[in-house]
Amino acid sequence: MVEATQSPAQITYWLLQGQALFSIVAVLGLVCFAYIVARRLIPLLRAQKDSRFDQPLVRLGKVFKFWLGQWRHPRYKTAGILHLLIFSGFILLAMRAFTVLMVGIWPNFVIPGMSREAARLYEELTDYAATMVFLCMIFAIIRRLVFQPVRYAVPAKFGKTHTADAIFLLALIAILMLADSLFEGVKAAAQTQSGVEPAVLSLPWLFRMGLATAPLPTLGHIYFGAYLLHESVFYFLLCYRPFGIQFHVETSLFNIYFARLQKGTVKPVRWGVSDDHLDEVKAFGVKAFEDFTWKHMLDFYSCADCGRCSDSCPANAVGRPLSPRFISIKARDYAFQHYPMFGHASNGQALIGSIYSEDEIWSCTTCGACEEECPLLIENIDKIVDMRRGMIDDGKVPQSLQKPLKALESRGNPYGKMEKKRADWINAKDFQQTCKLKTLGKNNGADTLYFVDSITSYDDRMQSIGRATAKILAHLGVDFGVLGAAEKDSGHEVRRFGEETLYMALRDHNTAAIRASGVRRIVTADPHAFNALKNDYKDVPPVEHISQTLAREVRAGKIKFNPLANAHDVYTYHDPCYLGRHNGVYDDPRAVLDAIPGLKRVEMKRSRDRSFCCGGGGLMLFYEPKEEERIGVKRVRMAAEAGANIIVTACPFCMVNVEDAIKVAGLEGKLTAIDLAELAERQLVREECRATLPGRPSEPGSTEIQQQFVTRR
Amino acid sequence: MARIFSYIVHKSGVIDDSAVELAAAARKIDPAISPVALVTGHGAGFDAVCSALRNTYSEIWTVSNQALAYPNAELIRKALVKIVPPASIVLVAHEHFGIDLAPGLSVKLNSSYVPDVLGIEGLEGSALKVVRQEFGGMVSTHVRCDISSGAVLTIRPGAFKSLDTAPASSTVIDKSAEVDALTAGRRYLHTIAPETGAVDITKHAVLVSIGRGIQEKDNVPIAEELAEELGAAVSCSRPVVDAKWLEKSRQVGSSGKTVKPKVYLACGISGSFQHLAGLKGNPFIIAINKNPKAPIFQVADIGIVDDILEFLPEMTTKVREMHSVSAK
Amino acid sequence: MEILVCARRVPDTSENEIQLNSAGNDIEREDLVYSINEADNYAVEEALQIANRVGGNVTVVSVGSDEDEEILRREMAMGASRGVLLTDDGFTGSDGRGIAAILKAFVQQASYDLILTGVQAESGGAQVGGMLAAMLDWPFASLVNSIEVLDQRKLKITREIEGGNKEISEMDLPCVLSIQTGINEPRYVGMRGIRAVASLPVPTYSASDLRLDPATVGAAGAKVKRVDYFVPALGKRAEMLTGGREENVAKVLELVAAKGGLK
Repeated sequence: MVEATQSPAQITYWLLQGQALFSIVAVLGLVCFAYIVARRLIPLLRAQKDSRFDQPLVRLGKVFKFWLGQWRHPRYKTAGILHLLIFSGFILLAMRAFTVLMVGIWPNFVIPGMSREAARLYEELTDYAATMVFLCMIFAIIRRLVFQPVRYAVPAKFGKTHTADAIFLLALIAILMLADSLFEGVKAAAQTQSGVEPAVLSLPWLFRMGLATAPLPTLGHIYFGAYLLHESVFYFLLCYRPFGIQFHVETSLFNIYFARLQKGTVKPVRWGVSDDHLDEVKAFGVKAFEDFTWKHMLDFYSCADCGRCSDSCPANAVGRPLSPRFISIKARDYAFQHYPMFGHASNGQALIGSIYSEDEIWSCTTCGACEEECPLLIENIDKIVDMRRGMIDDGKVPQSLQKPLKALESRGNPYGKMEKKRADWINAKDFQQTCKLKTLGKNNGADTLYFVDSITSYDDRMQSIGRATAKILAHLGVDFGVLGAAEKDSGHEVRRFGEETLYMALRDHNTAAIRASGVRRIVTADPHAFNALKNDYKDVPPVEHISQTLAREVRAGKIKFNPLANAHDVYTYHDPCYLGRHNGVYDDPRAVLDAIPGLKRVEMKRSRDRSFCCGGGGLMLFYEPKEEERIGVKRVRMAAEAGANIIVTACPFCMVNVEDAIKVAGLEGKLTAIDLAELAERQLVREECRATLPGRPSEPGSTEIQQQFVTRR
Repeated sequence: MARIFSYIVHKSGVIDDSAVELAAAARKIDPAISPVALVTGHGAGFDAVCSALRNTYSEIWTVSNQALAYPNAELIRKALVKIVPPASIVLVAHEHFGIDLAPGLSVKLNSSYVPDVLGIEGLEGSALKVVRQEFGGMVSTHVRCDISSGAVLTIRPGAFKSLDTAPASSTVIDKSAEVDALTAGRRYLHTIAPETGAVDITKHAVLVSIGRGIQEKDNVPIAEELAEELGAAVSCSRPVVDAKWLEKSRQVGSSGKTVKPKVYLACGISGSFQHLAGLKGNPFIIAINKNPKAPIFQVADIGIVDDILEFLPEMTTKVREMHSVSAK
Repeated sequence: MEILVCARRVPDTSENEIQLNSAGNDIEREDLVYSINEADNYAVEEALQIANRVGGNVTVVSVGSDEDEEILRREMAMGASRGVLLTDDGFTGSDGRGIAAILKAFVQQASYDLILTGVQAESGGAQVGGMLAAMLDWPFASLVNSIEVLDQRKLKITREIEGGNKEISEMDLPCVLSIQTGINEPRYVGMRGIRAVASLPVPTYSASDLRLDPATVGAAGAKVKRVDYFVPALGKRAEMLTGGREENVAKVLELVAAKGGLK
């Protein structure tokens, strides 16, 4: 006999009282879930250490911003709003769901400490929440089936489409909402005397209206059935989620709490192992799954397969084998397969050559677009660098990269040019006449170091950026010098290509030279050098990019620019990855450009933190990827689309790629590129930058040049 | 004075160009000595070769042996050791066969060895002074070789011009009987011809040839576009094939194809002799290279110091203009 | 299989500018970067791959001085089991034959199945491998770009001959092969790998260790001696165009058309 007013706990079906049944279901469900989670944790226990327990307050702040606040989601509007609604619905429904589950075991369960008024309000709110979630599910299913957003598609090489599984889960959640609403609706229909009504026009309300005339026994059956359905779906989902992308429901909070705090740098080879103890580490990098850190494994579990990372990845956009989404998905599948629910884990197998290919891992330009988009703050660059470390360790390096690496080792630059010629550009005759650059040495100090780095030193075209930067600093009256032949490559890409030992050698050499020079600060026009000196190197003076120097002077009114000769040019600024995304410098370069009278500037669709990489710098210029077209070509087309005919960059590597791409894309004559320093220097309002030292030009590396300029204030 | 021998390479009844070059080199050692041609082989083609040699050599020693039908350097060395008199000077062309044969031959003959000679200054007592190159042709050196117990020299192909003087008379001496059963630890099996690519560079009158100066695979289209406009084909030097930027069938050189175009554009090619060895028929060579000291400028007719990555696209543009003008 | 690779330390041609020194009697050696001869590196990689396929050890040997140890260590970092330096004041000034004699003495102290050398080094001689084989009375093949181990006593090798043709032969072991560049893709050796072998011993052998008669090696035994280095007075030289790029392009196209090359 079923009484409508009985709680499910009290109903007896056949021999089993509801309470017993639901207690069993609850226990089974929870035990299952606990077991599954425990099995999922096993690889994390075998993983490498990771340092994620510092700065708890900052981490909590991130949880508030990115987890509770869903900060990243609106970057893709439709999905973002959808998820916001679903997420807030879930948060609101949490207590309600808990109550519903408990009611099956303890009939009179209420949330302790909640007044009747509050409880009623909550009930109404959650009626709407459940309805909203239900509608979102329907919309999401339609979106998946009919509109099929491109980023969800699975390229053939990565396996079968994920649509079926996605629809399955969406449908289950919809059913859960239905079950919950039905349960509440029936309860309301059967208790009309107490006057408890569901919120108007909500799902429970609809059910209540629909069942208004149903006889009590029927209601009782439906009541029990709805409850059982709710229980089953709830616990099923709970136990099913850890088998797919929905696991992010549980792991997201932790993933965001433990997310990286520092931008720009790369993880050390081993957390907790200092540089001098690295010799004791048997093998560098990630070769097998267990070489990842536990946080990286947690990343794999947390990937929600949303595809935003791959959608913004420049390598993926040109058909390189890399798709960041599948770095996570494939690793996750590997973990699921090799760490099964029952039986022994099969571990220690090589990842490269099985789930990943060598080219896939070498394709990454480390631009950071994927990390900037991911709503779960998943980190990809560290994993790729770690896998590159593993390949370097095994000697598996493409031949095209071996030459520049060997040159870096023997000559301190990837071009194989002689060290002593590194500062030759300073002594070029016509440049020397306008600007005498000091080379820092034992008897020659300065306040500021201009760190030039390899490409600006050796490349004919990029030396123009060096000259422009030097002239700007001179104009500003900065007491500066260069390291000259004592400078070696910053090692920025060397590190990101996995050659950590060579990087450390370059870093140590440069650090010693910098400290010996006694400078108080460093300026550079190369964002890669900027990032290395700021975030990779330790114990060096603070460093800034020339755009920051310029912007500061512009804002202080200390520099003026001449108006442009051509008033019809349309400029656009291309954010270099290592100035913009990795270091947050977006406004300074723009402030400089906007201070030039008559400069018309437009923004490309992908700008600032959504800037599209030019193709990569440093060693990436030597790598020969398999791609459908060059990354730079895509970027210059974006500039043309934005209506610009001049692209301004603030990075010599961007300049190489952009100028090259303009030719390849056939846009010569329609598009030109200029460096920010070059442009600023050209438009500077100044008196002469005079060298007052008479006589012959000095020998390279000499320590006796003094710079004397008329300073502009 | 010791005798001077030239080892003659031949294929399918045709004598290699080196035969006349070695004769010329021999005269540089000592104009008074008539060199002797040494030739091994078997069959009808071989007989033709022996007679044709009469135009260049006044004395020809032949060894006809079944085992020598295919030129296996290991077997030929054993044969030569039996017939070459002590303290002789033996000249061999410096290419794939000479490199195989000659070093070991010098040891077995207990003679000195000087490889890849491109100039002969003359005798100084019991020493011979010659000119070689090192470091890929960047520097030259004078070398003195003690020839008192004989010498084996390999001669750079093309370094010595044929003298074009036929001897008054010519004797062929059959030395086959002095060479008995020949066996060696190396047995020839067969030869595989290269896959013919879509493009046969030997059939083109104009070649746009690229070397290391093209810098990367992505730049190869720069040359292809120019070649298309000129109605030419793209060929290349060895480093381009090693880096897998073009197929082997495009390679010009001693280990690649021999070509005889009318015009040869050497773009970003340094001009190593192995590459130039593949250029025959005295084409008009235009060389473009960033490095003014590149050896190619020594053999080219016209030289331009410029970056091919800039120069070639301009050429392409210009040719397109010319075509569109003439099409109107 | 016991494989021996003969290697040489040479100035790296891609990272150096080879010029005459101011005295005009040698190349400018200051600031030169040295490394293992490129072809020898391919030979070591090939040896390692063969040893990996059929089992065995790879020993790398070099004739030189202390400075040459660095390339032996690099090849050990690459995977060679042993690096050996043959060094003696009396070896200085050896010609190709002398080097081969020194190597022969070393080879005869042990038992090797296969000896590999790079096809040629910076002097462009391409001689040591062939001489060594003749001294040992072992079969020899040069310009090898493919090796297949048929069984314990036989190899099938491919030589690169003219026209891109490949000459296939069978070789009896033990034999000597000179290896052409491009035969494989040598693995990368990083700084870390080199550091790891920095303290491993590299045995050295002197002339007396090898029981060599000093008269047969070194300058004393050399029959071929380099007299000088020079840059030749340029003989036939190209007519260098001196205009701007546009001018040059026009001139070149004119010439191409004149020589019958424009369609």
